Amino acid sequence: MTDQALPPIKTVDHKEDLYTAKPWQLIWRRFSQHTLALVSLWFLILLALCAIFAEQVAPYDPFKVSRLRTLAPPTAIHFFHEGQFVGPFVYGLSRERDADTARVLYEVDTETVLPIQFFYSGDKYSFFGLFSADIHLFGVDDRREQINLLGTDDLGRDVFSRLTHGARVTLSAGLIGVIFAFVLGLTLGSISGYFGGWIDSSIQRLMEFIRSIPTIPLWMGLAAALPIAWDPLFVYVLITLILALIGWTHLARVVRGQFFAIRNEDYVLAARLAGASEYRIITKHMLPSMTSYIIAALTLAVPEMILGETALSFLGLGLRPPIVSWGVLLQDAQNLRSISMAPWLLSPGVAVVMTVLAFNFLGDGLRDAADPYGQ
Amino acid sequence: MVAFILRRALLAIPTLIFISFISFVIIQLPPGDYVSAYAAELRRMGDYISPLQEAAMREQLGLNDPMLVQYWRWISAIVLRGDFGYSLDWNAPVSNLIWDRLGLTLMISSASLVITWLIAIPVGVYSATRQYSFLDYLFTVFGFLGKGVPDFLLALVLMWLSFSYLNLNVGGLFSPEFQNAPWTLAKVWDLATHLWIPLVVLATGGAAGLIRVMRANMLDELGKPYVETAYAQGLSEGKVVWGYPVRVALNPFISTVGWALPALFSGDIIVAVVLNLPTTGPLLLQALKMQDMYLAGSFILILSVFTVIGTLISDILLAWFDPRIRYA
Repeated sequence: MTDQALPPIKTVDHKEDLYTAKPWQLIWRRFSQHTLALVSLWFLILLALCAIFAEQVAPYDPFKVSRLRTLAPPTAIHFFHEGQFVGPFVYGLSRERDADTARVLYEVDTETVLPIQFFYSGDKYSFFGLFSADIHLFGVDDRREQINLLGTDDLGRDVFSRLTHGARVTLSAGLIGVIFAFVLGLTLGSISGYFGGWIDSSIQRLMEFIRSIPTIPLWMGLAAALPIAWDPLFVYVLITLILALIGWTHLARVVRGQFFAIRNEDYVLAARLAGASEYRIITKHMLPSMTSYIIAALTLAVPEMILGETALSFLGLGLRPPIVSWGVLLQDAQNLRSISMAPWLLSPGVAVVMTVLAFNFLGDGLRDAADPYGQ
Repeated sequence: MVAFILRRALLAIPTLIFISFISFVIIQLPPGDYVSAYAAELRRMGDYISPLQEAAMREQLGLNDPMLVQYWRWISAIVLRGDFGYSLDWNAPVSNLIWDRLGLTLMISSASLVITWLIAIPVGVYSATRQYSFLDYLFTVFGFLGKGVPDFLLALVLMWLSFSYLNLNVGGLFSPEFQNAPWTLAKVWDLATHLWIPLVVLATGGAAGLIRVMRANMLDELGKPYVETAYAQGLSEGKVVWGYPVRVALNPFISTVGWALPALFSGDIIVAVVLNLPTTGPLLLQALKMQDMYLAGSFILILSVFTVIGTLISDILLAWFDPRIRYA
C-alpha cells in the first residue's frame, strides 16, 4: 500500500496537465511530435508568403522579355572572388553564338562582379492594385546583367520570378477548389449523415454516379468546353469549380461517416436528453468534434487539386498563357528539345512535387493528431 | 449469389443511361460546333470557307437538329447497330479509329498493371513483416515520392535522361524506320527499347500507392489471433504469411481491380500525350480539342461503361472471395 502511495510527483503533474489540457493543446502536442509534418508546415508557410508577396520576392517582372538573355542558365551565387570574401555576388554572363550552328552560348564572365543588393529598386509593379512600388527583395544593380536563380525561358523571362507568380495562381486555385469542395461536401455530407433514410440514399446515388465517371476524361471534357476567348480570370474560377466538382464526393464521405459514427455517442444522447435543439446539437456538440478530421481531409485534398490543375494546364486544357501557373510554366518543358537544352525549365515540376509532398505530410500529421484521445 | 449479381446488374442500367446522356451533353457544351472548329482550322492554314458552305455542312451533318434528336440518333445507332458514328475530324468511323489503337493500349496498360502488382504485393508484405527496418523506410520514402511526383513529370525526366545520357531515341513506340515495317525480331527489340519508359512510369506511379495499402492491411492482419495460432502450430514464416494474412490483405486489390478496366482502355492519357504513344488517350485529347463530338462522346461513354462494369465485376469478385460480405 505505502509503495503505491508514493508515485513520483513529476508524472502526476504531467498527467494532470494532460487531463486538464484543452483539445487543441493536445492536438498541437501530438502534431508537433511529427517532425516531417512540422517541417512541411513551415515550408508551406514560407511558400504561402512567397506567393502572397510574389511581386516583392521576384527580382523581375514575370512578363519582361529580354531578347539578349534567352534560355540563360541559372546564375550561381558566390561569396569569394579570387580568394577574397566579398559577400554574396554573381558573375556576369557573356553571350556568344556558335560559329557553326548559330546556337547561343553563354559563358560566365569572371571579370564582372555583381554584388547582390537587398531591397533593391527594380521593375515597377502594382501590388494587388493597392499601391505601386519598385522594391524587390533582392537584385543586381546593372543595366545589362541579371540575376536568374533558375535561368530564363526562351523569351528571356526570369523563371524564378515566373515561379513565384505561378505559386500564387496554383496554390490559390488549390485552396479555392478545396473551399468549393468543402462547402459542397460539408452541406451534402452532413445532410446525408444526419437525416439518413431516403435523403441519404439519393445523395449516395448521386455521389456514386459522379465517382463512376472517370476523372481525367471528365475533367478534360469539361475543361475543353471552356471557350478560349473568355476572360482568363473567369476561366480560372471555372477550372477550380471543375476540380471541386469531383473532389467534394470524398469530403462528403468523410463527413457523412463521421456523422454516422458520432450520432449515437453518449454525449450526443446526453445533450438530447438535456433538451438541446437539433441545431445546437449539430453545431455545438457534433461539428466541433469533427473539425480536426475535416481539416485533415481538407489538407489531403489540396494536393489533388494542385495536381489536377497542373495536369490540365499542362495539356493545354486548363489555364492559358497570359496567366502564369505552374502547369502553364510546365508547358514550356513539354518537348524533349527544350528540356535537353534548358533542364531548368523543369523547376516548376520540382516546385509541384515539393508542395504536394508537403501537403501530404502535413495532412498525415494532422490526421494522426486529429484524435488526441486515441492513446 | 445469382440474385445478387442480377440485382447489381439491373441497378447499373439506369446509371448507364444517365451517363450516356451526360457524355453527350458534355461534348455539346462548348459554344460552336465541329463546323466552326473546322472553319477556324482552315482559316489558320490560310484557307477559306464561306458562311453558306458552313450552313450547308451543318445541314448535311444534322447539327441543326435539337439536341435530344441528335442524342437519340447517336445512342440508338450504338445500341442497335454498334455504330459509334463517324469521326468528322479523321473522316473515318469512330469504331475503326478506336479499334486501331486498342491493341497497343491494352498491351501497355495490362503489362503495367501486372508489373505494378508484381512490385506492390511482395514489397508491401516485406514492409509489413519487417516493419521499421531500413528497407521499410526506403519503400516508405519511395511510396511518398510516387504519390507526389506527377506521372507526366516522371515521364519527362526519364525521357530527358535517356535521351541525353543513354543516347536513346525516345518518344513513341517505334523508331521511324520501323514505324510501318512488318513485324520482325528487330522491330520487337525496337519496341522493347521504347516500351520500358512508359512501363516504368506507369508501374511506379501505381505501385507507390498500392504498397502503402498492402502494408497497412498486412499490419492490421498480422496482429490477429489466427496468425498467432498458425505460428503456434509450428508453420514456417513463409507459410504463415503467404497462406493466411496475405489472402485477407488482398481484398482491397480485388475491390479495385474493376477500376483497372477503364484504365486499361484509355491508358494513362497524360503520360501517353507526353511520350507520344499511339494509344487511345491522345486520340481523346485531340477529339476534345477539335470538338469532334462523336469520337469524344463515344470515348467518354465507353470509359464510363467500363467503369460501371468494372465496379460490378469487383463487387461480384469480392463477394465471391470474401464470404463475410453479405449479399445485401
